[in-house]
Amino acid sequence: MNLPAFDPLWLTLRLAAVTTLLLLVLGTPLAWWLARSRSRIKPVVEALTALPLVLPPTVLGFYLLILLSPTSPLGAAWRNATGDTLTFSFAGLVVASCLYSLPFMVQPLQAAFEGLGRGPLEAAASLRAGPWDRFFRVVVPLSLRGYLTATVLSFAHTIGEFGVVLMVGGNIPGRTKVISIAIYEHVETINYADAHLLSAVLLVFSFLILLFVYVLNRRFRVRVG
Amino acid sequence: MDQLSLDFTLDQGGFALSAAHQAPLRGITALFGPSGAGKSTLLRVIAGFEPGARGRVGFGDTVWQDSAGGIFVPPHKRGIGMVFQDARLFGHLSVAGNLDFADRRSAAIPSDITRDAVIAALDLEPLLPRRPASLSGGERQRVAIGRALLTRPHLMLMDEPLAALDLRRKAAILPYIAALPQAFGVPVLYVTHAIDEVTRIADDLIALNKGQVAAAGPLAETFARLDLDGGGSRFEAGVILSATVVGTDTEWQLTGLDVEGQTLAMPAAQIDAGAQVQLRVRARDVLLATQRPEGLSAQNILTGTVTEVIAEPDTAFAEVFVAVGAQSVRARVTRVAVAQLGLAPGLPVHAVLKAISFDRRVL
Repeated sequence: MNLPAFDPLWLTLRLAAVTTLLLLVLGTPLAWWLARSRSRIKPVVEALTALPLVLPPTVLGFYLLILLSPTSPLGAAWRNATGDTLTFSFAGLVVASCLYSLPFMVQPLQAAFEGLGRGPLEAAASLRAGPWDRFFRVVVPLSLRGYLTATVLSFAHTIGEFGVVLMVGGNIPGRTKVISIAIYEHVETINYADAHLLSAVLLVFSFLILLFVYVLNRRFRVRVG
Repeated sequence: MDQLSLDFTLDQGGFALSAAHQAPLRGITALFGPSGAGKSTLLRVIAGFEPGARGRVGFGDTVWQDSAGGIFVPPHKRGIGMVFQDARLFGHLSVAGNLDFADRRSAAIPSDITRDAVIAALDLEPLLPRRPASLSGGERQRVAIGRALLTRPHLMLMDEPLAALDLRRKAAILPYIAALPQAFGVPVLYVTHAIDEVTRIADDLIALNKGQVAAAGPLAETFARLDLDGGGSRFEAGVILSATVVGTDTEWQLTGLDVEGQTLAMPAAQIDAGAQVQLRVRARDVLLATQRPEGLSAQNILTGTVTEVIAEPDTAFAEVFVAVGAQSVRARVTRVAVAQLGLAPGLPVHAVLKAISFDRRVL
């Protein structure tokens, strides 16, 4: 077995981990706003957030390619700041993955926050807890199951990403060649042995993650009652 | 004594609450009224959960809310302890964790309230390791009361904390609540629609009806005229009498009570002689006689002087107030009886009490 075949796997895991962490930070305030707001533009934001669910990845990838290209303001600014392009780079993949997996982070969190209602927040406020204190000591612990679901779905969804990566990142070994692209390439070049190996690894890995979540979720439910 | 000053209106689409009221807060003040009167909403305004209220809310020297002056002190800076109807304990923390949540955040506030004292006063020790989900309704409320106390508040707000409990559990918790102001030096504003809770624990009464304060003042005098001021039901109308326990007659199983130098007898109760108790006497359970009645099975008769007769137009009835020493009883009699007996202020009468209920608060 030649070990370099696993490069795409590590790259994929790194991409999924970075994307999930970024989405946790960005998705939390967005989900909180969506859960609390009575603003008139809330449906607009909700629709935008859900867009990656229905758009073909190629459409999303196409627009991202234009948005991130060195000739666009964003792409140019990034190039000036880092010396690297956003397209066909790991950073570009992270941006694309964040957009692509956004609904998988935001929707479970929004549901968890909405499910809390105002009760625990008012109780915490009456116990002298300020807004940040309330959020981190009451909202987050009470929304753990929502966080667990959101994290796993975002992570898993990013691992399974194909179309957007192909459009934005192409197929550069060690840089943008993630596992789904590698498998596609193996199949195209009729290298079924490596395609089998990587597919099996991905299959088992995905199953184990989901199993872990469901087991944890069950325990968690029993403990909280 | 800190004064709660309210002067605000709150419009909640179809329901308007307005209050212009100064309440000196001492002991327990019951906020009483029927469902939908606006009691809980008033409490939420005081707690700071209704930023939309227009007007002023102040406590002592502090202005909590003043829409004209652009002042709004958020709930976590008001120094109130709130007990919600549904307890609202944190499910992710144990009972001890719930208490600590409040205790840690108020540790710097000068107060005599300690974690140990609260746990002892509410018998929370055996509950400490348990999860809120495993507690009974009554236990949950005791923990919620303890948690609110541990915020070391200037004022405790209780929103129908016993509404979800059955009578037995209610009776088990009321003494804990009644003891709070003396034990911890915190005034309590207690929302309820149950008149028996009011008469058992309240020192003062604010009656709310249709979003307005209908009557307010010390319990006994406010309670006696509650329905006449539009704040209570005619059915429950009556007075609260303070009495001293004289002693218990074991042969007849009767406890003697002294009311303004006159003696009443009640079925024997386990209360020591010398204890102060409160009795509730409904107006419809009182008969009036101009001469001391003889040959009557009812033995509890108080002698006094008519002070006021209020005839109700369009009905057969009249409400008669009779002064008995410094206190008074109230009788609901027919208007024809008023005419035939010549009941008028100044007339000496004998009030026969057909039924008395003990409000088991031993002061």
